[in-house]
Amino acid sequence: MARSSDRYIEHLLRRVGFGARPDELDFYGGMTISDAVEALVNYERIPDTVDANIGRSGFVNVTTRGAFAPQSNIIDARQRWLFRMVHSNRPLQEKMTLFWHNHFATGYTKIAGLFGATEAARYLAAKPSEDPGRVRGQIEMLRDNALGNFRDILVNIAKDTAMVIWLDGYTNTRAKPQENFAREIMELFTVGVGNYTEPDVYAGARVFSGWNLTRPGSLADGSQHYEFFYNPNQHDTGSKTFSFPIYPDGGKTIPARSAAAGMQDGLDLINGLAANPNTGRYLAAKLYWFFVNDVRAANPVDDADPAFVDRLARVYLSSQYDMRAVVREMLLTPQFWDSYFTRYSWPVEYVIRALKDVGWVGFSVNDALTPLSNMGQLLFDPPDVSGWDAGETWFATGAMLARMNFASTIAANQRFNLAARAQFAASSPESFLSFFLDELVTAPLDTATTNDLLNYLRATGAWTGSAAQIQAKAAGLVHLIAGSPEYQLI
Amino acid sequence: MTVTRRQFVKGGVAAFTVTFAAPELFSDLARGQGGRSRNLVVLYLGGGNDSLSMLIPYNDPFYASRRPSLQVPAGQVLQIGTDSSRVALGLHPRLTGLRDIFNQGRLAFIQRTGYPNQSRSHFLGTDIWSTADPNNSQALGWVGRYLDSLPSPVDPLVGWNTTGSLPHVLQAAHTSVPAISNPQTYSFNSPNIGAEMTAERNTAIRIASHVPVNRPELAFVYSSAQEALATLDRVATVATYLPNTYPNTGLGLALRAVAGAMVRNIGTKVFYVTTGGFDTHSNQNVNAANGSYYNLMATLNDALLAFHNDLRNQGLLDDTLVVSFSEFGRRISENSSGASAGTDHGAASVMLVMGGRVQGGIYGTAPNLNPVAGNPTLENNGADVTFETDFRSVYAQVIDGWLGMSSTTLLNGNFRKPGLSFI
Repeated sequence: MARSSDRYIEHLLRRVGFGARPDELDFYGGMTISDAVEALVNYERIPDTVDANIGRSGFVNVTTRGAFAPQSNIIDARQRWLFRMVHSNRPLQEKMTLFWHNHFATGYTKIAGLFGATEAARYLAAKPSEDPGRVRGQIEMLRDNALGNFRDILVNIAKDTAMVIWLDGYTNTRAKPQENFAREIMELFTVGVGNYTEPDVYAGARVFSGWNLTRPGSLADGSQHYEFFYNPNQHDTGSKTFSFPIYPDGGKTIPARSAAAGMQDGLDLINGLAANPNTGRYLAAKLYWFFVNDVRAANPVDDADPAFVDRLARVYLSSQYDMRAVVREMLLTPQFWDSYFTRYSWPVEYVIRALKDVGWVGFSVNDALTPLSNMGQLLFDPPDVSGWDAGETWFATGAMLARMNFASTIAANQRFNLAARAQFAASSPESFLSFFLDELVTAPLDTATTNDLLNYLRATGAWTGSAAQIQAKAAGLVHLIAGSPEYQLI
Repeated sequence: MTVTRRQFVKGGVAAFTVTFAAPELFSDLARGQGGRSRNLVVLYLGGGNDSLSMLIPYNDPFYASRRPSLQVPAGQVLQIGTDSSRVALGLHPRLTGLRDIFNQGRLAFIQRTGYPNQSRSHFLGTDIWSTADPNNSQALGWVGRYLDSLPSPVDPLVGWNTTGSLPHVLQAAHTSVPAISNPQTYSFNSPNIGAEMTAERNTAIRIASHVPVNRPELAFVYSSAQEALATLDRVATVATYLPNTYPNTGLGLALRAVAGAMVRNIGTKVFYVTTGGFDTHSNQNVNAANGSYYNLMATLNDALLAFHNDLRNQGLLDDTLVVSFSEFGRRISENSSGASAGTDHGAASVMLVMGGRVQGGIYGTAPNLNPVAGNPTLENNGADVTFETDFRSVYAQVIDGWLGMSSTTLLNGNFRKPGLSFI
């Protein structure tokens, strides 16, 4: 049952996590808001043991086809991530991992097409401890750096095997520079469109020439894998000039260097991009849309709350790109706290929150994968390098139906658990409804809607509170609440 | 171009309506002649189509020299003749179906379409092609503006988006277009059966009916739910249209749904379909079966051919116009050599228009691929193809000649281009 302070804690956990399990509500609900923020931001203090619970009773199920192999099978990788979203005790780490997954949106399908399904899953999702070649997949790198230094994240992503394949860096050579990564690191990862020029793209391609792949390890023990490799023979050693500063003194030209020293070109460009004030503003705006309010207007940077963007962009620069400082600052803003139910849930947020609210015992996250795809979000396969469109675009009619139908699926799956939980509130339709509106908190409902729900409980016969009636109405009511427009906001 | 029966019928019908001015009669007449209502199918080739590999100037000596790994051998292109500047052109060898449709006069290629200072960004570029407004890439979509111009009340199925989320081209101020990627799963499920299920469905419909107009972010979700519930039954009739003549690809199944909507006559006027993967920065491989560009052409060819033949057999071809776009063409020179060769973002591209009433043929002139200074068909130091026909001139022809609207109103300017008359 909701308590007086729960409104804030629930808001916090909907935004920095994926809703609240009862135990999360107890844990954070016992703290002051500022203590809860510190606990969420300093998540390393909480042990990360969640993966050990996969397959154990009391947790959401996964479905295995032979051995569960998230390090080499993308379906299992998706299941593992969904499992973590439900059960991790570090919700902000998972939420920021999703933020970065969208920011550096890398798609499984292209990598699988080029290098095969197993390798693609490996470069996206393997943990070093479970890979014979100690491959750390992209999502593990992002999770490790979820609140890390943005410059370090950029260096890591530029060298990330999945990224080097996804944006074709592996074909970037001295004679034939490859523009894909150079363009997107400016347009989508740092300064944003309008803050770089076409010649910058061409210069950037030359900067990253030779940032290719190599294939160490042995075939026999399965350790052979692709990994980043700076190939001096394929690096364009000439100088490169940009339209924006690369160096702290304002210098815009990366000097000519020997081939052996040429990898520094890319690090210089990344430093310059990380230090660019437009990068701080761009990230602040993306954090605004992701954590605060995504009733999106036309221009992604200019239309985010300017005071919020200024404040976070300042902290971004003063902290030397420390995302922990930036995110903590965000959680102190009035914009964050005044934005009660003003953000459209992403499909994974909707699904995980519904599981936390409705119940998960006996449900397999595998059965959420097709519904998620119908809602428009397949993890590890964003539509393109700009990530998911988010906001209103999640609510095309087909996707809305997919949400309503997932509500139906989970309600049917949890019918008996729901009926048992609601038994004590079954004396009248009013108490029954009020019980479920406490369990599934929604944006404020209009009276007309609550009346419709009450009428539903009274439809098809008088209220008796019989076991059969409670089982039917609990499932039907949860279907209607979790499928309601108000429940889609977080 | 020879005068065809299609043109005659078109002229005849127009004359008839003026004389009788009787909409019902016109409708009956159109049906009698195999027509129902005019459909527009917007086809987006996502990622930036390398049009030089689709419509190939195979005799241009610089085609061979600038595309050492990515050239289609001259002997393998599907020759379709020459353009008005006498450049010989051939289709990619996998486009045999499109070649046949071209030979039947129902397919037009408009070469070198684009706009000044063309964006090389996927996202800005797509926005510009979607809005038809290079100066305001966040405007409403041009098709969305068309839908907004229709007299209200507008049927919630006036448009049909076969993708999961609303593409910019369909964004409208007060017309929403349902996203129906799969008619089979476009249904209302329930954890219960019988009377309970009916009660749930009725409740969902009632809840969705009182849109909270004072809470716009919520109202949007309400209208989406409302529209979904209002269109379920008609879409269910399309879900049963399952001819086995379509390829099992995203585009193939989307076009099957489009054909189903036309065959079931549910009243939709505008459809949006897409096929992606055109961002061929690497491993573009235009030649080998299963090469990535080869596969793109296979997907495009097989889906369009199945759609064309289905509509022809159903007598609906004359009511259908397919128009393609892509955010940009690609760099002329390849960016690598051997198997990994690909092409980076470029400028002008080729648009494709197909339909029973299309005046098929090759419009516009091919680029001269010689990177010499002053070559007017190239830009960016000879790296990219420069546009000859503003893409809005193609839209203008579609708007004026097919949708029956004024293009100058819808496009905020006169982009009509004399000589460009593919409808």
